[in-house]
Amino acid sequence: MSKTTREPACRLCEIPSPSRRALLVAGGTLFAWAYLPKFARAASARDPRLVVVILRGALDGLSAVGPVGDPSYEGLHGQIALSLTGEHPAIPLDAFFALHPAMPVLARLYKAGQAAIVHATATAYRERSHFDGQDVLEGGYPGPGAIQSGWLNRAIGILPKGDRVGTRGGLGVGSSTPLIMRGPAPVLGWAPQIIATASADLAARVMDLYAQRDPVLQVALAKGLETERIAAREGMSGSAARPRGGMDTAVGMRLAAEGAAKLIAADDGPRLAALAFDGWDTHANEGGATGRLAQLLGGLDGAIEAFEKGLGAHWKDTAVVVVTEFGRTARINGTIGTDHGTGTVAFLVGGAVKGGRIIADWPGLKDEQLHERRDLKPTTDLRAVLKGVLADQLGLSASLLASTVFPDSAAVRPLSGLIA
Amino acid sequence: MAIGGDPKTGFVALNRFAFGARGGAYAGDLARAASDPRGFLKAELLQPGIAELRAPALPDTKTAIQSLFAEQERQRIEREKSPPAPKVAAAPPTSGGDTMMAQGETAPAPAMTAPAQGPKMKAAEPPVPQRLLRADAMARFQRAVHAPVGFVERLVHFWSNHFCVSAAKGGIVRATAGCFEREAIRPHVLGRFADMLKAVESHPAMLFYLDNAQSLGPNSKAGQNRKRGLNENLAREILELHTLGVDGGYTQADVTALARIITGWTFTGRQRRIGEPGTFVFVPAAHEPGDHTVLGKVYEAGGIEQGEAVLADLARHPATARHLAWKLARHFVADDPPKPLTEHLAKVFANTGGDLKAVAVALIDSDEAWSAPLSKMRTPEQFLLAALRAIGRMPEGPGLILGPLNALGMPLWQPPGPNGWPDTAAAWTSPEGIKVRLDVSAAIAGRMRDLVNPSELLETIAGEAASRETRQAVARAESRQQGLALLLMSPEFQRR
Repeated sequence: MSKTTREPACRLCEIPSPSRRALLVAGGTLFAWAYLPKFARAASARDPRLVVVILRGALDGLSAVGPVGDPSYEGLHGQIALSLTGEHPAIPLDAFFALHPAMPVLARLYKAGQAAIVHATATAYRERSHFDGQDVLEGGYPGPGAIQSGWLNRAIGILPKGDRVGTRGGLGVGSSTPLIMRGPAPVLGWAPQIIATASADLAARVMDLYAQRDPVLQVALAKGLETERIAAREGMSGSAARPRGGMDTAVGMRLAAEGAAKLIAADDGPRLAALAFDGWDTHANEGGATGRLAQLLGGLDGAIEAFEKGLGAHWKDTAVVVVTEFGRTARINGTIGTDHGTGTVAFLVGGAVKGGRIIADWPGLKDEQLHERRDLKPTTDLRAVLKGVLADQLGLSASLLASTVFPDSAAVRPLSGLIA
Repeated sequence: MAIGGDPKTGFVALNRFAFGARGGAYAGDLARAASDPRGFLKAELLQPGIAELRAPALPDTKTAIQSLFAEQERQRIEREKSPPAPKVAAAPPTSGGDTMMAQGETAPAPAMTAPAQGPKMKAAEPPVPQRLLRADAMARFQRAVHAPVGFVERLVHFWSNHFCVSAAKGGIVRATAGCFEREAIRPHVLGRFADMLKAVESHPAMLFYLDNAQSLGPNSKAGQNRKRGLNENLAREILELHTLGVDGGYTQADVTALARIITGWTFTGRQRRIGEPGTFVFVPAAHEPGDHTVLGKVYEAGGIEQGEAVLADLARHPATARHLAWKLARHFVADDPPKPLTEHLAKVFANTGGDLKAVAVALIDSDEAWSAPLSKMRTPEQFLLAALRAIGRMPEGPGLILGPLNALGMPLWQPPGPNGWPDTAAAWTSPEGIKVRLDVSAAIAGRMRDLVNPSELLETIAGEAASRETRQAVARAESRQQGLALLLMSPEFQRR
């Protein structure tokens, strides 16, 4: 595919022109570490922010950013495939890809050059377990195993002493810190203080289990869910309508993003934040332009807007990275959903991002082009993207990125030029 | 019926009789219970002092009540100093402010406040009753979460609920509900029922809760002087709830007679006239003089021994044996317990003079306790404690348990009435209750870090008792957190 807005896969590229800061840090002696970063920042007056949003459950990249120009797409994704026509047309990003209509904010930022989309990407993990997949995504190791710390935390840990980002530490949003942010470097925790309503997906799974095993609990839970739905609709207050805001709802995602934005925008606040949104495991009735996934993507879009607004003047120095553990099957299944797959999309958003483009070495969707004849084949190692962001945004050297942040990844070169 | 060897009987031992198996560092309860489930449970009963709970931070009733009085005195003096002072800390905050989400795994830096909340007010020292209740709550929770077996703690909870007091009554009960359990319940859970009965009915918490502290014999000196009289609240509940049961064959005349007999059973107030504040005392001047007849037996005029004699007789009454046997069997085995079991337990109770350890052993030895389906629901407290055992974590403060207990409609030591918390599955399967359990399960799972694979945890705490459907639901979850929430909501975990 030759597309002007897409770049070829750069997995094997050297960094052609590392930023001045990256060079300084990479070549720094102990003496230099103590003051050079400060000097560099003072010179540029740049005070970067980095936010990583984990989408737990595996986002269907082919539904979020549809390759509408690929002749096989509609046949594989069937009735949930995005389309440029119809009642809810997808938003064209270029001649080949279109964005889900539930994401107008992302579309606006894309057009303003503040959002880039990486497609056909995946971590090094090639199995299909959510738990292990998330461990690999957040831990930053080549494979699953007993993982104690996350790559974002380790990135903080190797920042030079006195570095503003390193001193302020990280922020873990949610009632427990996501693995990506855990580790020895200082981390603050924050969560909206409510017993949130459990996610609709969890409720559906429990209902399904009760239907098979416990009819009494099935009836009770069904009524309880119904009552709560009515209470919420009628705007009732009190215990019948406790504040909603699970991390799989638009409200919850926005609340989390608003809170995180305020904290990292503060002068004395942390500079890095990690959030996790739930509910992306769309095995059944995934929906196309409308439906379940549309609601989730709308929630994510709202969270992005909350970051943009909440960070204010700092937005120009901010990068928000949205990633998921793996993709989903290219072909829809018998319940109009998708099962666990491999390649998917990642979003890079923010004033610091060199956006307005899709970064993909498109593998195609013909049967033999699919990974194991079922999944979008990953052609860009997600670690190359993440390393590129860390290198440009925080000034980390390729060697430290390959040894400490993403161990055993020397062969995966940082993707350059992601940050403006 | 021999039951050893079947791995599922280990699950029954831990779930029917205790708070479920532990995960984390103490994984292996299931196997420990399975080889000899009855012996596993009985061994706990033989450990000396197993039911007792003593800790330096937990005061006795006298100290607790005196702390309360001292605080009230300080507040009175401050009020008089500055009359229009705004009431900042006057209203005792209930534990309702606690939520599962109250604390992240890492505390926010001091300079940072949660953006949704605005600046945090500097938390005032909680009032004495609340502070005491929280300390005792924590001790109770820790016991249940850490117990290697847990049957004895279940017995403590059972008897504590049988003889419940409510913190909602006021500061005295709030300050002493924990003392009451430690002093009147725990020492006798594996002892004699008669001793427990006497300890309960003479405890300041109970005397205050059911109003006997202010009951005066109409013909006593105090009654004559103050033109006040009898309150039969405690006497009625002794007969109806604590001993004979509502169908135990007593009449209104028996209630009134017993009320007269226990006049004078009270505790000392802040004036030191009749003894050290906060201790049980029998006040002859408040005691109704004369002979009184209860259940056809005449109790001759006397002092405290008159009431003690009635309690002793009630403790060995056949109706009491039947009532307690039925209640125990309903609690541990089935909402509608098998008649042979209740009859057997009543017989053991009667034959041993109300030896509660013998009754507990009889329950373990029964066939019904092992063959009946696990159809009871865990109460919200049992559910939360079982969850903490499973995940192998104990929060640093009690708020993370007290908060969800409030949300689940079972605030600790605050039952709706003197009959305690209901003990049927139907009472704990309300739509709202199950929906909140779902939210709480999600919140617990969401708080967890370093989660093990939930499928492995299911294996650890349920083993072969886990259904195929539950295994599948947990294994197919979209995240470890969701898998844990599903495990916590599974019928295997909710029922016992």
